[in-house]
Amino acid sequence: MSEVLIILIKVICALVWLLLITLYLTWLERKESAVIQDRIGANRADILGIRAIGLFQPFADAIKFVFKEDFTPNFSKKFLHTMAPFISFFFVAVTIAVIPFGDVLRIGGREIKLLIVDFNVGLLFVLAMLSLGIYGIILGGWASNNRYTLLGGMRGAAQLVSYEVALGLSLVGLIMVYPSLNLSSIVHFQGELLFGWLPKWGVFLQPLGCLVFFFAAFAETKRVPFDLPEGESEIVGFFTEYSGLKWGLFMMTDFMEVLIISTLLTTLFFGGWQVPWMAADGFHFPWGGEWQLPHGIVVLFQVLAFNLKVFFFCWLQILIRWTYPRFRYDQVMDLGWKLLIPLSLANIIGTGILMSI
Amino acid sequence: MIKALGYFIEIIRGSIITARHFVVNMFFHILKVLRIKTKRKGAVTIQYPEQRREIASRHRSLHRLMTRKDGKPRCVACMLCATVCPSECIYIEAEEDPDPEIQKCPAKFIIDLSRCCFCGFCVEACPEDAIRMDTENIEFAEYNRQELIYDLDKLLG
Ligand code: SF4
Ligand code: SF4
Repeated sequence: MSEVLIILIKVICALVWLLLITLYLTWLERKESAVIQDRIGANRADILGIRAIGLFQPFADAIKFVFKEDFTPNFSKKFLHTMAPFISFFFVAVTIAVIPFGDVLRIGGREIKLLIVDFNVGLLFVLAMLSLGIYGIILGGWASNNRYTLLGGMRGAAQLVSYEVALGLSLVGLIMVYPSLNLSSIVHFQGELLFGWLPKWGVFLQPLGCLVFFFAAFAETKRVPFDLPEGESEIVGFFTEYSGLKWGLFMMTDFMEVLIISTLLTTLFFGGWQVPWMAADGFHFPWGGEWQLPHGIVVLFQVLAFNLKVFFFCWLQILIRWTYPRFRYDQVMDLGWKLLIPLSLANIIGTGILMSI
Repeated sequence: MIKALGYFIEIIRGSIITARHFVVNMFFHILKVLRIKTKRKGAVTIQYPEQRREIASRHRSLHRLMTRKDGKPRCVACMLCATVCPSECIYIEAEEDPDPEIQKCPAKFIIDLSRCCFCGFCVEACPEDAIRMDTENIEFAEYNRQELIYDLDKLLG
């Protein structure tokens, strides 16, 4: 009974975390772009005159979405048209289930792992779900029964197919180094030290893989340098025929992908919840200092470290999104097939050679 | 390959520029939160309805008709403004003025501001300096077009 309850609480916590951070990513995006462009950004949404630097803006947006007309065009395939945003939303949201937020938390003699399900094949699960998300986009483009949306959907499909390959291959090297597909044991492994002082984070063991993964994952989010399915200035994209909350779901999915990519990058390449030189009982510095910490503080540090890293990568992705113009279609394909895939293959071979000697 | 590498360097440099903007502006924003006065600000935004920019002296704003000492419009209904107006949005009906020196005065003087393009030609054309665009009123948006048709009373203000 209590097992079920614990799982339930974990699910609720993770979902609230996911949705809340996704909501506030829209705020971060607006504010960060504003600061980059010497502006202030949305700051007018207020409650009883309290503006709080626009922190209420996401909720104002959400309320607006709810009250917008939900329009389904006559010529669309109604059922699929309605399904599409939910499919793409679901498959992205479900990946949070295997992301470890921290190590074990001990309360009252019980050990609670700070992740929802400890999958043996967590990494494959994440990859599979992320690639299933594309069905929502193709379906949206197809079911709208509009040439431009179909074009957007097909572009999305082509882009995702080509980047999925690089994404998967870039992780092969990682799996070779950490002989596990289980995300929590991957994170555990990253707590060890290299040469006695450098944390064994994926980025130090697999710099090339990390780079390829970052590019490919960024292309997966379908945001600006790679926003071909959307292509605002030419085809408007796969969600042309959507309005109101359904369009909002597509937009939320985009932001959620940013968040999921950040958590994955953190978990796989930047040590997840690992704080450098911190073990389960406190810090052990390589220069010979020690700092004992109680269990609760250690767990808190871990969760904070995880969140901080995730925040940094969200920030970085938004920075990139507000810096570059869109790639041309053939450039995107070139980058995927001619640069990222050969690089990831080279990474696999290099890793193999290095590991065998 | 070398060329692509060159692009890559430029790409990195681009993001360094935006990151620099972010860091510098954030620095000044934080200084402002800490109530430290600096000459430079984090943002160039003018928070419009509360803060306003001074309107330039030659700015063309809402029209007004000038009056003589006795309060009657200076306009002599010569139709020059209506003729020159590129949007054809001035409509004048003349009537006889009791003063034989003046001869004509406007019975109706209507400017349809929903069509006006604020070129200022009417002001330039007027021989009597009867029409000016110096009210510095730039906020006269309305909910329907009827309200934007300004007649003699409204223009004399
Ligand atoms: S400002 Fe130009 S468009 Fe407007 S009334 Fe005068 S002449 Fe016509
Ligand atoms: S040009 Fe001047 S005087 Fe002539 S009709 Fe227009 S406002 Fe009146």
